[in-house]
Formats: sequence, structure tokens, C-alpha cells
Amino acid sequence: MEKKAVRVAYGEALVKLGEKNDKVVVLDADLASATMTNAFKKAFPDRFFDCGIAEANMVDMAAGISTMGLIPFCSTFAVFAGRNYDQIRNGVCYPKFNVKFGFSHAGITLGEDGGSHQAIEDLALMRVLPNMTVFVPSDANECYQCVEAAAEIDGPVYIRTARLATPVYDPRPFTVGKGNVIRDGKDCVIFTCGIMLEHTLNAVEVLAQKGIDAALVSFHTLKPFDEQLAIEFAAKCKKVFTVEEHSIIGGLGDTVAPLLFGKGVETFKKIGINDVFGQSGKPADLLVEYGLTGPQIADNIISSL
Amino acid sequence: MDLQTLQSKARAVRRDIITMTSKAGAGHPGGSLSCTDALVALYFDVMNVSPENEKDPNRDRFVLSKGHAAPALYGTLCERGYFGPEEFDKFRQLHGILQGHPDIKKCPGVDASTGSLGQGISIAVGMALGAKHTGNPCHVYTVIGDGESQEGLVWEASMAAAHYKLDNLTVILDHNGLQIDGSNDEVMSLGDIKAKALAFGYDVIEVADGNDMQQVLDALHTPPCPGKPRYILLQTLKGKGVSFMEGQVGWHGKAPNAEQAAEALKELEG
Repeated sequence: MEKKAVRVAYGEALVKLGEKNDKVVVLDADLASATMTNAFKKAFPDRFFDCGIAEANMVDMAAGISTMGLIPFCSTFAVFAGRNYDQIRNGVCYPKFNVKFGFSHAGITLGEDGGSHQAIEDLALMRVLPNMTVFVPSDANECYQCVEAAAEIDGPVYIRTARLATPVYDPRPFTVGKGNVIRDGKDCVIFTCGIMLEHTLNAVEVLAQKGIDAALVSFHTLKPFDEQLAIEFAAKCKKVFTVEEHSIIGGLGDTVAPLLFGKGVETFKKIGINDVFGQSGKPADLLVEYGLTGPQIADNIISSL
Repeated sequence: MDLQTLQSKARAVRRDIITMTSKAGAGHPGGSLSCTDALVALYFDVMNVSPENEKDPNRDRFVLSKGHAAPALYGTLCERGYFGPEEFDKFRQLHGILQGHPDIKKCPGVDASTGSLGQGISIAVGMALGAKHTGNPCHVYTVIGDGESQEGLVWEASMAAAHYKLDNLTVILDHNGLQIDGSNDEVMSLGDIKAKALAFGYDVIEVADGNDMQQVLDALHTPPCPGKPRYILLQTLKGKGVSFMEGQVGWHGKAPNAEQAAEALKELEG
């Protein structure tokens, strides 16, 4: 199966978008070769603004640029969602300026750079901001769709991308705020987002081998969230699991949790990073360390059934 | 506009500042009074803005980076006709358009929501860069505080302004020397602020009395220096125009009571 990092897709998507829409400009903070905006820089040098290693200034500059009718995409590491938080909150979301954030290297699969760089809290931070739309594409094709949709939205949008090369699945229908049913099932349901799609697909296979018919739903939009679809599957399957490459506090799991009251749900478990920081290591080893491989997810689910 | 009329407008704005902060029982009169002359000069004489061209993309832009001086901006916008003085009654009140700090979504004539210090100048740099990119002839003005200049973001923005050669940007420092907890030198010395601005690549104009309308006008009307952002260093007096507030750190974020307001308004007559 073809593999491509979601961040690479982000870079490609920006170039495609730039060809169609000359209002699109890109800002980066000396990470163009990592966030993959260097493709845009090459294609449209006069629409690319390097901001130097000054992420906070990048965000507010983008806010100002947006007032001139342009559509700025700010790119840096997801871990700087925290560093830039006041600028994202007060500079962009409060006035609802038309600024997009493509933040890459999210989660533990960033790998070797270690816990200082592994964002496990960015979704929690972004989700709580009024006016913000939050995308977590699961693969390259979904990332193309997210970038295109972001440009159409009048207001701030956060796109979380990953460093690691991950499988590219056939394109699925894409509507902002709608989840995708990857597999129907009746014994339990797994809700996931981002690149954990690969590992939840593996988990579903392991479960099937053990006679457990699990449904799998992937959400590329964490906000606005497809509450209706989540409630439908929770009510039907009764046993609900969320899997994310993010802290179990404040991310997908906590988006789903409040929806479950009164829906007859018997089991609910959040699977993700258990309120700890990451560490250095190979991405594959880190997934094992934090219990996020397919077989581990399956075991975790079985232990709760 | 002639000097006398501008001076009279500045007195009117100062009365507005006293009126609204007194009614609200809150707000920041000291740092509003120190930058009043600059705001009046900008809105009545320098910038091509008016309530009629509020949506014109080519209008000049103003960002009050020291957003807590909102009463000065609100007074100026009101005197300029963006809204009526009845709004002062709802300054800092529920459902009012005059929020504690300027809100682009609520108040006519406001170009950026500010209040988190350091951000306004950075937004202004983005505006100037965006204007250059789109061929928009507008000029972007921003007023920053001296206490605000302790924020690292001010200097990140300054570096970018010089890097992108933003000669369509004017940064105005309201250097009244005081901040919440004391003088700049007591809290966190700015050192040689003029030398810092020069070192960051600004074309610097120093104004000995930033509350003298003629001196302020002369600085603001100085033609831009090609390829360089402009920095106007206004030496101002905190609380200017109200004798018992002048140079007093205690009037940074305290509203006058009814009696004090009456006394202040009397001093600001004419």
C-alpha cells in the first residue's frame, strides 16, 4: 500500500490551492522543509513569507494579512499550538480572522525529537476556542480535502498533520463536520481520528478474528463534531471506544464522552496518551510503548468487553 | 484641520475619557490621556478615514496596540462621528459596543481587537505586509505602550517590519514612563529605547513633547523613509490634562469618582 506523510500531502495541497486561488499565501517559521511548505515557496515565492523563528509574530502577522483580503496559512509544529496560544486566541479567533493553521509533527509518532516536541495537547487547546474549526486528517487524501475545505471556510481553521509516512486510503466522501463510517459492526464501536485510522483498522481485523464484530468510524473534523453519527453508533453498539494519538484528556475521547449520557451505553473507554508526556524513540516503538498498535488496541478493547 | 480645532478636539476626547471611565467606575484614564493628542492628530488630520469610508479597503488602518487605552480611541471615534456619545453610558457594560478593550466585532471604526499586549503591533505589521502584497496604498499606524515594549512580541514584530521594508507602517510609542506597578525603570527598564528602535531598523523620530499637537503633527506628516518602517517616540505625560492625574502611577487603571470627574472636566473645559 502506498504510504505518504500527511504533512507531505499538506504541502502538495497548498500548491494545488495556490494555483487555483491567488489569495492564498503561506507563512512559515523557518520550518518550510519540515512542514513541507517549501513546495509552495518554490512555486509561489512572492506569496510565501518566512517569519523567522518567531511563531507568535507569525500568527499575528497572518491575522493582519487576512484583513487585506488574503487567506494566510500558518505552518509550524503542532507543539507550538501552546507557544502561540494567546495569538491564536486573541489575535485570530476572538476577531474571527480568516487565518488557517497547518500544524505538523503532531503526536508521539514525531519520534526521535522526543517529548519536548510531541504535541499531545493541541487538539484540546484548539477545540476549546470559539470560532475555530478543527481538522485531523487520517491520511494524505483526507488532508487534500481538509486544506481545500479550510480555504472555503470564513474563519480560523486548525489542521493537525503528522510527520510519519502512513497508508494512503482510497478517497472517501468529505463534508466538513461529518464522520466517515469505515466499517459497520454490532458488538462495539471504535471512534478514531487522524493517523490512528491505520491502527484501528488493524485492531478491527484482530477483533474480527476473535469473533468480535466492531464498527469503526473516523472523524476528520473534531469541531464541529458529527454528534449525530457518534450518538447513532454509540446507541447501536452500546460499547464505545475512542482511539487517538493525543492525550485522553481534551481530545476525541472527551468530545465523545458527554454525548453518551442516556444513550444506553454500557462501556466507554478512551484509548490514547494517558496523561503523560512522550519520549524519544522510533515511531513504531513509541506506538508500542503507548499501547497504540492494532493488536494492543484490540487487547485493550477485549479486556473491557 | 487647523491647530486650534485639533487642540479643541483633543480636549473633547479627554472629557470623553473622564466621562466614560467615571460612569463605568473602571477603565484606564492615565494611559488614555497620554496618547490622546496622537489619536486626534491621526483621526482628524493624518489618516484618510471617516465613518463614510469605513469599509473602503484602501482606507488607512489604525491599531491601538496598547488596547487598555480604549477610552482614548472611543472618545476619538465618537468625536469623529463613528457613533454617538450615548454609547459612553455602556462603556464596559453588558451588550455595549465599547468593550473594556477594543473589539472589531462590536465597535465601528476599530480595525483590530487588542488588549493582549504586544499583539497589536504584530497585527499591524501583517496589515502593512498584506497591503504591500496586494498593492493597497493604505498606511498602517499603531500606538504601542512603553510597558508593552517589555513584551518580546513587540521586538519580533519590529524585526519583521524592517525585514520586509515596511515603509507603509508607523509605530508610535506613547512613552509616558509609567506602568501598573511603578515607573518603567522600577518594573523593567527599557534602557535606551531610541537606540533599540534604531538598532531594529526603524527610521526614528523623537518628539520632545508628545502632548504638543504641533509637534505630533510635524512628526506624523514627515514623509516616509523609503524601505524603512517609521518609529515615532512620543515623550508623553501620563494623565495629561488632569492636574491630579498627571505623572501619577495610581491613575493607570483607576476611574475618577463623581467629584474627581467634575474637577477634571472643569480643567478640560473649552
